[in-house]
Amino acid sequence: MAEKLQTFYDLMRAQGTSRRSFLKFCSLTAAALGLEPAYAGRIAHAMETKPRLPVLWLHGLECTCCSESFIRSGNPLSSDVILKMISLDYDDTLMTAAGHDAEAILDEIPNKYPGEYILAVEGNPPLNEDGMYCIIGGKPFVERLQQVAKNAKAVIAWGACASWGCVQAARPNPTNAVPIDKVITDKPIIKVPGCPPIAEVMTGVISYILTFDRLPELDSRGRPAMFYGQRIHDKCYRRPHFDAGEFVQSWDDEGARQGYCLYKMGCKGPTTYNACSTIRWNGGVSFPIQSGHGCIGCSEENFWDNGPFYQRLSNTGAPFGIEATADQIGGTAAIAAGAGIAAHAGLSAVKHFTRKPTDPTEPAAPQGEQK
Amino acid sequence: MTIVTPNGFPLDNSGRRMVVDPVTRIEGHMRCEVNLDSDNVIRNAVSTGTMWRGLEIILKGRDPRDAWAFCERICGVCTGTHALTSVRAVENALGIQIPENANTIRNMMQLTLWIHDHLVHFYHLHALDWVDVISALKADPRATSALAQSISPWAKSSPGYFSDVQARLQRFVDSGQLGPFMNGYWGNPAYLLPPEANLMATAHYLEALDFQREIVKIHTVFGGKNPHPNWLVGGMACAINMDAPMGAGAPVNVVQLNLVADIISRTIEFIDQVYVPDLKAIAGFYKGWDYGQGLAGKNVLSYGEFPRHANNYTDLMVPRGAILNGNLAEILPVDLADPEQVQEYVDHSWYKYPDESKGLHPWDGVTDPNFVLGPNTVGTKTNIQQLDEGAKYSYIKAARWRGNAMEVGPLSRFTIGYAQGISEYKDPVDKFLQDLGLPFNALFTTLGRTAARGLEASWAAHKLQDCYNQLIANIAAGDSATANTDKWEPSTWPAEVKGVGFAEAPRGALGHWLHIKDAKIESYQAVVPTTWNGSPRDPSGSIGAFEASLLGTPLANPTQPLEILRTLHSFDPCLACSTHVMAPDGGELIRVQVR
Repeated sequence: MAEKLQTFYDLMRAQGTSRRSFLKFCSLTAAALGLEPAYAGRIAHAMETKPRLPVLWLHGLECTCCSESFIRSGNPLSSDVILKMISLDYDDTLMTAAGHDAEAILDEIPNKYPGEYILAVEGNPPLNEDGMYCIIGGKPFVERLQQVAKNAKAVIAWGACASWGCVQAARPNPTNAVPIDKVITDKPIIKVPGCPPIAEVMTGVISYILTFDRLPELDSRGRPAMFYGQRIHDKCYRRPHFDAGEFVQSWDDEGARQGYCLYKMGCKGPTTYNACSTIRWNGGVSFPIQSGHGCIGCSEENFWDNGPFYQRLSNTGAPFGIEATADQIGGTAAIAAGAGIAAHAGLSAVKHFTRKPTDPTEPAAPQGEQK
Repeated sequence: MTIVTPNGFPLDNSGRRMVVDPVTRIEGHMRCEVNLDSDNVIRNAVSTGTMWRGLEIILKGRDPRDAWAFCERICGVCTGTHALTSVRAVENALGIQIPENANTIRNMMQLTLWIHDHLVHFYHLHALDWVDVISALKADPRATSALAQSISPWAKSSPGYFSDVQARLQRFVDSGQLGPFMNGYWGNPAYLLPPEANLMATAHYLEALDFQREIVKIHTVFGGKNPHPNWLVGGMACAINMDAPMGAGAPVNVVQLNLVADIISRTIEFIDQVYVPDLKAIAGFYKGWDYGQGLAGKNVLSYGEFPRHANNYTDLMVPRGAILNGNLAEILPVDLADPEQVQEYVDHSWYKYPDESKGLHPWDGVTDPNFVLGPNTVGTKTNIQQLDEGAKYSYIKAARWRGNAMEVGPLSRFTIGYAQGISEYKDPVDKFLQDLGLPFNALFTTLGRTAARGLEASWAAHKLQDCYNQLIANIAAGDSATANTDKWEPSTWPAEVKGVGFAEAPRGALGHWLHIKDAKIESYQAVVPTTWNGSPRDPSGSIGAFEASLLGTPLANPTQPLEILRTLHSFDPCLACSTHVMAPDGGELIRVQVR
C-alpha cells in the first residue's frame, strides 16, 4: 500500500481521539465481535499500523436499502466508518463527483492500489438484453462490475440482491438478474444477506476486516458465520410462547397483545439465519417479530418465492412439520459453519416435537392455546 | 435550429453536447445530456432513466396481501411509502376498513419518512451542490460561530466547536484520501457561500448524518425495522397493550411510546434549529441564482396525503389537486380512477404500445419492452456515447395528467396548499420569502424547490407530534385496535375486483393500480413521482419537469456539471422507483381491459 496513507490510529488521533479512548474503542470492538479481552491489544496494534482501506461501492439493480441501512449504524457510527475507518472513494449515492469525474475514480483506484482495495456491491447485474437493463456511463453494469473486481483484494456482496438475487430475480426474473458470484468467480466474496442487512452487521464485517486484515470466517454459503450462524427462532424472545403452544391466531387478537408466538401467522423465524433476534434493529429498538409481524425470511435465498408470507411453514410440504423444514433448509449451513449450538438446538427441538405429534403438519402443543 | 415544444419551451440541440452519466447522489441510475450554446447556457436537455427491474411482472399471480413487501423494495430510500400505497390499493379493491389507530400509526410512519428523507436529501445528497467543503478550511471559526448563533439557538455553535470541526477536516484533507469528496467541483465559481457558511454547513452535514438514524426508530417501533418496516393489509401488525408484562409484551407499550415521544421532540428541535436555519442562510447567498423553474408554478399535481381519520381518503392534511398553465386561482379536481386523467405514453420510452400516439391509463396498461436506439445515436448498443432524443431514449414512461406534463413533489404540494390559502402552507412560505426579501415568483426555481422541502420537513415534524397526541388520546379513550381481519381470508373476497391506492411520497405523487382475480394479483401498475418529474418527451414533443428545469441555465465552468446536478437534485430523483416497469424478453405480457 502506498506510503502516504495514514493509519487508522493516526487518523483517530488526528481527529482528537485520545490514546486512552482509542484503547477503549479497541476493547469495545473486541467485545462487540465476541472476542476475548486479550484481542483488544491485537486490534490496537492493527489499527496503529494499517492505512485506511480504499473501498469502491458499486450499485447495480437495487433499491438502495443497503446504503440506507449502512448509514443507520450506531456502533461504530457510519460517519466514523466513512470518514475515519475506510476511504470510501466511490459510491454513487454519496459521492460529490458525477459523470466522467466519477468514472475516472474507477480507473484510478484499481491502478493505484492493485490488490489492496475492497469492492462492495449493492444490487446485482441483469444479463438479458446484453446487460443493458442496467446502464452506467453508457455501458452495461456487469462489464464495469467485472472490471473493478479484477484487482480487488476481496468483494463484499451487500444484501439479498448481491448475495442471492432478491426481488428482481424472483419468478419470472424478467431481466435475468444474477447474484454477483455468477459473474465474479475468482475472488473471495463475503455474502452479507438481508433486505437490507442489519446496519451493525454491515459495519461489523468492515471492522473485522480492518482489525484483523483478513476476512471473517464464512459458512459454506459464503456468509460470515458470526452473524448468520443461528436461526432467528432459536434466540427469539417469544420462543417460550412457542414452546408453551401459545400462538397469535389472528391479527390484533389477545395473543398478539400478549406477545405470543407468530408462527401460525407465517413467521419464517424458524428457517431464517440472521442476527435480528440478538442484535435487533436500529440500535436495538425492536425487530420484526417484536413489532408484531412475522419474519419474512429476507436473509434467505429465494425468500420471495418461498411465500406466501402469511402461510405457516408446515404447509410448505415438509412431512414432519416446522422443525424438519427448518433443519432441511438451514441444517447444511449450520453444520458447515461448525455452529454446534445451532445444530444442537435444532436436534433438541426435533426431539421436543417427536413427543407430542397429533397432526404431523401441526407442530404446536395445544395446552396453552385454549386460554 | 430552435423549436418550441407544445408546452412552451424552446429547444436547440446545435451546440456542444455534454453528457453526465452517472448522475450521482440520487437513488438509482440516471443519465443526463445537454447542449450548451456559445455562452455555456443550456439550450436542450435530455434526461434518461437507465435501469429496469420489472416488479409488476413479478407481482402477477402472487397473494395481494404480500404485495406491500414486494412493492416496498421498489425503493429503499423512500422506504415504506410504496408499501403504504400498496396496502391502500388492496384495501380499496377489497373494501377493507382499517381501525383509527392503524391510520394514525401509518400517518406517523409516513411523516417519519418525509422528515428523514428530506433531511438526508438536503445534507447528504444536495448540500454539496451549494456547499464547498474545501472552502470551509479558510473559515474563521469565530466568525462561523457568530453566524451560527445569529440564525439559531442550536447549542453546538461555539468557536471551539467549529475550530475542532475545521481541524478534523484539515487533517482529513491532508491524509490525501478524500473519499466521497474526491474529484469534487471545489473552487467552482458557482459556489457562492463564504468560507464561514461552508464550515457551518459541513459541521451540520456530519451532525445530520449522526442524527438521521434516530428519526427512523419510529419505524422500528411500529414496523420492526428500518429500512423496510413491516405493514399489513387491514391495519398494522403492531398490537397495542399498555398493561401487558414487558418481558414478552405487546409491540406498542409505554416504554416504546416514550421512545417515540422523545424522538419526535428531538426531531422537531433538529429540523427547526439546524435544517431550516441552514436552508435560510444558504438561500440568502444564492437568491440571485434564480434558475430552474421548468414546470414549477405552471403545471403541478398532488394526490394529497394523511387522512385525518381512518378510511376517509377525501379529508386529507395535504390537499389533492392540480394546477394547469400557472392558473393558481383554479385548483382542478383529480380522480385516479378516471381513465382520461392519469395516462402513460411510451413513444420516447424503451417500451412498445400497439398505438404509440396514445396514452394508457394504468388499469389498462401495456408493458412490452423495446430497447432500441435512434438513428442519431453516437456509439453502439453497449457503449452509448450520445443518445438520440428524437427516438426512444429512457426506461421511464411519459406520465401525463389530462395530456399535460406535470411537476410533483414538496413544491407542488406547497403551491396547491398556498393557492387555496391554507395558512399552514401560506404562512411559512410568506415568512421565508419576506425574510429573504424575495418576490412570490422566486418560489418557482431550483432554490424554491429546495426551500419547500425544508419547510415541509418542519411542517411534518410538528404534524408528527399532533398524530402522536391523537394516538395517545385514542388509546386513553379505550380503543386499542390496530387491525381489521374481517376480510383477511381470501374466501371472503369477490372473484374479480380492481383497486387504486395513492400516497404522497417525499418526492411527490405516487399511485398503484391493481386487479385481483381469484385471490391472486392479475395486474399491477405503479406510476411514481420520478415518472412525472423525470418523464421523457411525449408524442406531441412536450418535455418533462427535469428537462424543462435545466433550460436557460448557464454553467460557470463548462467542463463541470455543477449547476445541472444542483437543479436535478432539487427534485430528489428516485430512479429505481421510476424505472421498475418491464416485462420478460419480447412478448406482450400484460393486456388488461378496464372492467
